[in-house]
Amino acid sequence: MKLKKNIAISESGFIFDPNTGESFSINPIGAEIIGIMKLGKSTDEIQSSILDKYDVDAASFEKYYYDFLNMLKQYNLVEEDE
Amino acid sequence: MSKIKLTLAATGLNNTDNPGPGIPVIRSIRESGEFDMRVVGLAYETLEPGIYMHDLIDKVYQVPYPSEGSDNLIKRLEYINSIENIDVLIPNFDAELYTFIKSSSALQKMGIRTFLPTLQQLEERNKVNLPEFGKKYDINVPLSRPILGHSEILSLRDEFEFPVMVKGKFYDAYIAYNEEQIKMHFNKISAKWGLPIIIQEFVKGTEVNVVALGDGKGNTIGAVPMRKQYITDKGKAWGGITLGDENMLSLTRKIIKATNWKGGMELELIKTTKNSLYVIEINPRIPAWVYLAVGAGQNLPAALVKLALDYKVPHFKQYDIGKMFVRYSYDMIVGLKEFESLSTRGEL
Amino acid sequence: MEKLPFERPFIKKLSSGMPSKFGIKMEFDPITEIDGFPVKDLIGQYGSPLFVLSESCIRKTYQEAYRVFSTRYPKVQFAWSYKTNYLDAVCRVYHQEGAWAEVVSGFEYDKALANGVDGKFIIFNGPDKSKGDLEKAVRNDSLIHIDHFDELYTLMEVGDQLKKKPKVAIRVNMDTGIYPMWDRFGFNYENGEAWDAINRIMMAGKFDLSGLHTHIGTYILSASAYQVAASKLAELAVGLERKYDHSIRYIDLGGGFASQNTLKGAYLPGSDTVPSFDEYADAITSGLINSQIKPTNMPVLILETGRALIDDAGYLAGTVLANKRLADGRRSTILDIGVNLLFTSFWYEHQITPAQPFSQHTEETAIYGPLCMNIDVLRENVVFPLLKKGDHVVVSRIGAYNMTQWLQFITYRPNVVLIDPENKTHIIREHETLKIFETLEKIPDHLKTINL
Repeated sequence: MKLKKNIAISESGFIFDPNTGESFSINPIGAEIIGIMKLGKSTDEIQSSILDKYDVDAASFEKYYYDFLNMLKQYNLVEEDE
Repeated sequence: MSKIKLTLAATGLNNTDNPGPGIPVIRSIRESGEFDMRVVGLAYETLEPGIYMHDLIDKVYQVPYPSEGSDNLIKRLEYINSIENIDVLIPNFDAELYTFIKSSSALQKMGIRTFLPTLQQLEERNKVNLPEFGKKYDINVPLSRPILGHSEILSLRDEFEFPVMVKGKFYDAYIAYNEEQIKMHFNKISAKWGLPIIIQEFVKGTEVNVVALGDGKGNTIGAVPMRKQYITDKGKAWGGITLGDENMLSLTRKIIKATNWKGGMELELIKTTKNSLYVIEINPRIPAWVYLAVGAGQNLPAALVKLALDYKVPHFKQYDIGKMFVRYSYDMIVGLKEFESLSTRGEL
Repeated sequence: MEKLPFERPFIKKLSSGMPSKFGIKMEFDPITEIDGFPVKDLIGQYGSPLFVLSESCIRKTYQEAYRVFSTRYPKVQFAWSYKTNYLDAVCRVYHQEGAWAEVVSGFEYDKALANGVDGKFIIFNGPDKSKGDLEKAVRNDSLIHIDHFDELYTLMEVGDQLKKKPKVAIRVNMDTGIYPMWDRFGFNYENGEAWDAINRIMMAGKFDLSGLHTHIGTYILSASAYQVAASKLAELAVGLERKYDHSIRYIDLGGGFASQNTLKGAYLPGSDTVPSFDEYADAITSGLINSQIKPTNMPVLILETGRALIDDAGYLAGTVLANKRLADGRRSTILDIGVNLLFTSFWYEHQITPAQPFSQHTEETAIYGPLCMNIDVLRENVVFPLLKKGDHVVVSRIGAYNMTQWLQFITYRPNVVLIDPENKTHIIREHETLKIFETLEKIPDHLKTINL
């Protein structure tokens, strides 16, 4: 899954989707995850980089990560891999 | 005469087709030419048009809704005041007045002045209490009754004739021709503004309005009557004309004298075919059409600011009769950065 | 390297609307401890969910209320409203502070006696007093507040049988300008029924008419209604002095003072709109002092306020069971606290606060209880910070009515813990177990065995 093209995040955590005209705010961890996603990293790579840095276990992170992805999907900000 | 230095804060920047009075109030004060002023806008939502009117407002802060409690509001205002050093604050929403009046001593401590009615004045003229108000001050008011649930609607038949007005505690008024319609409006209004819902006798006639300013000692500093010439589907004036009706003025002075009204006021009246006046509502603040009064010669918002600052303010002696206003809409171009700043940082 | 604290990743759509009633940012602090005890430790020790009562808060609030009234009026007596919270430990705190007992059933009456309250300090209210209850109350010289004429005649019989004059008051209902008017209890003032009841009592000569009582409603936000109530009862007292040369010993204004909870459907929060004890006291005492009652005969003022005395002292601590998305993408959080324990959530927008620090990022959330029932909703839609499974929350201001109206439904009722002023914790009601229910239930012989 990857972020749709031309979606930009500002430093303050503000996201504007030029495809739909919607805007969003995102918390720092969410912004960080999106940042890694944009680099084209896999889920495993995202997970290990977050687990290294933050105090969270793999199972909990996975749960929140998928909830987060679902929200991104709900808001139409991501597209499925071809 | 040198200008008075002033940092003014105001809410009600929602200058939409159902406008808050914030922008007309600020514009009136600016145009009085009496102040060397900085204007701090207080906004609840990110699309209130006034936020983006940079020629009128120097800086905007988002503030928490009154429904979040006065503690949160005070905390936010303390922060804003630490940067802006506000002299006078004018709240412009009915729904926030209670909270601001309740907080006025806390504001005073911060050095922020207001010029608002007392809690007692606010309560007394509340739609719910209007029948008492009429009795106490010998003023014609329509029969009205607060209701708390659907079960009470059936019993209204004994007291009222259809149609009736169905009104919210703060805003919204609809006409209902039968019980089903009352129920429908009841649900709609209570979801937005809570309970009770007020059922009011429908008085036939022409709606006329007065904007006025009381000095808190029983004196009327100024008052201008108006009739709406065109009304939007939200019931708001899109055009209006000043009237020269002495009865309306004397009724206004009577109410202000009897209540020792302090601050701005809008009277909503019905003038019946027999020329008697019924008070439908007393709004405890300046209305959005106040700029008409300014145009007719009475700058009531500027006078209110001076009263708040303890200046002696002479009574307005006259105004132009037959002055009109016509509202219009206007599209501003707004940069996304501005919207972002307010959305994420709560300031612009 | 020390790892950074983790927060759930989260994205929120910015809605751009015009001012409406729903709030923006939530700015409040977590409740990490209650009277110095970390919520986490309390739950660790006593389980979750957990009712916690602060004895210091109970005493402080009581003393404050007493001070406020007694500085304005010479003779003030509080009576603890048992139905508000009749856990024995709670009642005894009030009795230690000097409050009498106010009860509305035989069960509550017996509870008060068992708590060591002398019968003459028990006020017996309500429409349901059996003949047996009345006999007991007459024997014990309790103050019986008559609710209806049927009761008046039963009591007359009881008095005759026991050859004792029951000490009574009549309960009066009246129009105090508030809505709704509670006209189902007692005798009406405006239509003359109250005076009629007084006449029958005085003419019968079989009662000791000690007082007059009213209870104008519940959660009364208008202090001035109490002034009207006090004046109207005073009018009756003056009438009694004039017609029968009889002076009553007390006027009981009941309860109904609001706590700072926010009612559903209210726009402004309760903390901003609820009158203070001072405002209620000003209204009531000015109603009495400005009456025509002779200064030498000023009656004792009895107050039965319950909610306003205890609500703030009660907390319900619980735990997040799960988070999930509803079909429309809205977030929902499931707690182990349901409407079974928080009965008052049917009419209050309870304040639910995380028990650990949280970020300023919030989301519109529906907060549900654990019951497998659609009605188990604590908050329909509240702007709430992000919590994880296992995080704790505290519902504050729940001391009134929840520990009496709670339901044993689907699951057990949990421990209730009292924190005393010396900062020791005490279980004042044990959590329920299957055994307790088994001792109450009886199984007919033919149902003793089942074969599946």
